[in-house]
Amino acid sequence: MSNEHIAGAAPGTLRTYLVGFVLSVVLTAVPFALVMTSALSQTAILVTILVFAVVQIVIHLIFFLHLNGSSEGRWNVIAFAYTVVVLAVVVGASIWIMYHLNYNMVAH
Amino acid sequence: MLGKLTLSQIPYTNPIIMGAFGFMILAVVALFALITFLHKWKWLWYEWLTSVDHKKIGVMYIIVALVMGLRGFADVVMMRSQLALSFGSSQGYLPPEHYDQVFSAHGVIMIFFMAMPFLIGLINIAVPLQIGARDVAFPFMNSVSFWLFVVGVILVNLSLAIGEFAQTGWVAYPPLSELNYSPGVGVDYYIWSLEIAGVGTLLTGINFFVTIIRMRAPGMKLMQMPVFTWAALCTMVLIIAAFPILTVVLALLSLDRYLGMHFFTNTLGGNAMMYVNLFWAWGHPEVYILVLPAFGIFSEVIATFTGKRLFGYTSMIYATVVITVLSFLVWLHHFFTMGSGADVNAFFSLTTMVIAIPTGVKIFNWLFTIYRGRLRFTTPVLWTLAFMVTFTIGGMSGVMLSLPGADYVLHNSQFLIAHFHNTIIGGTVFGAFAGFAYWFPKAYGFKLNEKLGKRAFWCWFVGFYLTFVPLYILGFMGMTRRVNHYDNPTWHPLLIVAAAGVFLTLIGILLQVTQVVVSFLQRKQNLDLTGDPWDGRTLEWSTSSPPPSYNFATIPVVTGRDAFWEMKHNGAVNHRPTEYRSIHMPKNTGAGVFIGLFNLALGFALIWHIWWLAILGLLGIVVTLILRTSSDNIHYYVPAEDVARIENERAERLAR
Repeated sequence: MSNEHIAGAAPGTLRTYLVGFVLSVVLTAVPFALVMTSALSQTAILVTILVFAVVQIVIHLIFFLHLNGSSEGRWNVIAFAYTVVVLAVVVGASIWIMYHLNYNMVAH
Repeated sequence: MLGKLTLSQIPYTNPIIMGAFGFMILAVVALFALITFLHKWKWLWYEWLTSVDHKKIGVMYIIVALVMGLRGFADVVMMRSQLALSFGSSQGYLPPEHYDQVFSAHGVIMIFFMAMPFLIGLINIAVPLQIGARDVAFPFMNSVSFWLFVVGVILVNLSLAIGEFAQTGWVAYPPLSELNYSPGVGVDYYIWSLEIAGVGTLLTGINFFVTIIRMRAPGMKLMQMPVFTWAALCTMVLIIAAFPILTVVLALLSLDRYLGMHFFTNTLGGNAMMYVNLFWAWGHPEVYILVLPAFGIFSEVIATFTGKRLFGYTSMIYATVVITVLSFLVWLHHFFTMGSGADVNAFFSLTTMVIAIPTGVKIFNWLFTIYRGRLRFTTPVLWTLAFMVTFTIGGMSGVMLSLPGADYVLHNSQFLIAHFHNTIIGGTVFGAFAGFAYWFPKAYGFKLNEKLGKRAFWCWFVGFYLTFVPLYILGFMGMTRRVNHYDNPTWHPLLIVAAAGVFLTLIGILLQVTQVVVSFLQRKQNLDLTGDPWDGRTLEWSTSSPPPSYNFATIPVVTGRDAFWEMKHNGAVNHRPTEYRSIHMPKNTGAGVFIGLFNLALGFALIWHIWWLAILGLLGIVVTLILRTSSDNIHYYVPAEDVARIENERAERLAR
């Protein structure tokens, strides 16, 4: 192809990949341990799992997909913003919907 | 050794299935014999199957889509004739367990293996040409996408004779699709064909997104891109955001079925409603993945055949973008009746109604483009006009369904069936046919026979209304979807009319097949020597038909919208450079085919629990990928002399 390589976000270094990996492991291991040991109340565990999951998505985006706000590519920022919006919509609205379904469909 | 697969899994006592499968085998054998007889295997392998050329991949997509369209239509004929027959004491010829497989297969095939690949095929052919690129950003990945899609196709067709297909409807809601209620392999066929084909679609999404963002001809700003390219861009955004949801939700269902987990079961904390929620969080963007490219096609067709600039280009683009975003905010309207209450239903009802506004903007843009233009009534234009009427009716019945109160009455009724066929056939299928006729000369170098095309159109158009208007009425009369037998005497005449409509559509399809054959036989009279048969406006018409492998000998420089139209009026067309440069192109590779074959083995093995084969398939995929990515020999140069020779030949043809 005639198009030469166009500079986008900087490629990751071994360090950023390792940091991302360790963070992901921690963010997975903590909720897992909480579930196995039942250290907190059920609501607290559910909230922790959810928060850690969302944080982990962001970690993946930053450390593995190299998306960040400072990158010179306007497209990176737009893609990032779009991800956040879709994430908020799908996760947020799903919780909202499921909450109402549970409320309405379970006998009180 | 062979997992659950035994000889008793083949339904050889069922004459309908065996007849259909026998016909399929016969067709495949005949095709293989023909290729062997013509000594075309080498040609097929080197020129087509291993090709990474976006135009050839596009053509292959469309061929497979058309074949699968015929398969899906055979299901239609079976369902409609069953319903015309099975009234009162007559049970028809399809027992429930078979009928259920037929409508499930119909939905899956038409959406995943007909409509989507047809549009992706058109996008493959047209988009790189429209933006003045020489290929897509990742040509090898394009080939992988295609072969993953073919694996899905093969798995669905295998389910016809080896085992069974899902009896769950195309949505496969749990708990029905869980192991307790669907112990057979039908749902597994469903899961793995969609998982594998879905990954292919996701790769296509990434590929074309990058292509459109990064590989436009110099000077082409975003707001100067052809409308079809814009529609394709928004479609790719939808694919990238939505398809992972489908992949995950089907993976969770497979965990339930294979590893005894409880994501969607009735017990141990599972929640089937979460499946419905996630399925439609993908499913609603999916319907816009189906219709946005069609909107793009109609925009190109209308602008070209009126000989005018598209009216309201900017508003058209904004409408497309607004639809893209809104399509992620409406999915709950697919399950108003599940009971999330008035607040939630009202929110999603409003967002659903709002989506009618940008769609209405588009309709008016097309109408104002026609206004005071000189519309040429070619086949693509007929499909476009039919779309505008049909889609508007479908859209209005959709707004009716968006009212939760009305939805409680009409949910799961024949009214709903009529509504979504009205939008999907009226939008996507008519759009695909318009695009097929419009870009056919670009892909093959000769035009389609207009007379047969118009006759096919009228059969389709009348046949469509004859089929689906009765279904609207039947919906109001209380007929639900997915029934294979009924006792209500007032339904019977309407279902006979619907069956007659299908018969008329069948004639339309036969005319379309005849059209392609006749056009091929008469291709000498219909050659497109100029590369611009319709007096086109966008860059794909500036190169020859079919375009050379490198598309453009020199990359065009774009200064405005409708780039080719501008060139024609500035006299900048056919300016030939004094010397040509050699062109850097990707090499063909069989790696895509092999990845497909290993995926086929993997999918088949997972369906039948043949674990050793699954491991082999997975290993094969990984090894092929590693070998391919570590190869440096993936590009070549088209020598300058070859470019000059090809371009000079074209100039001679033009001069004649």
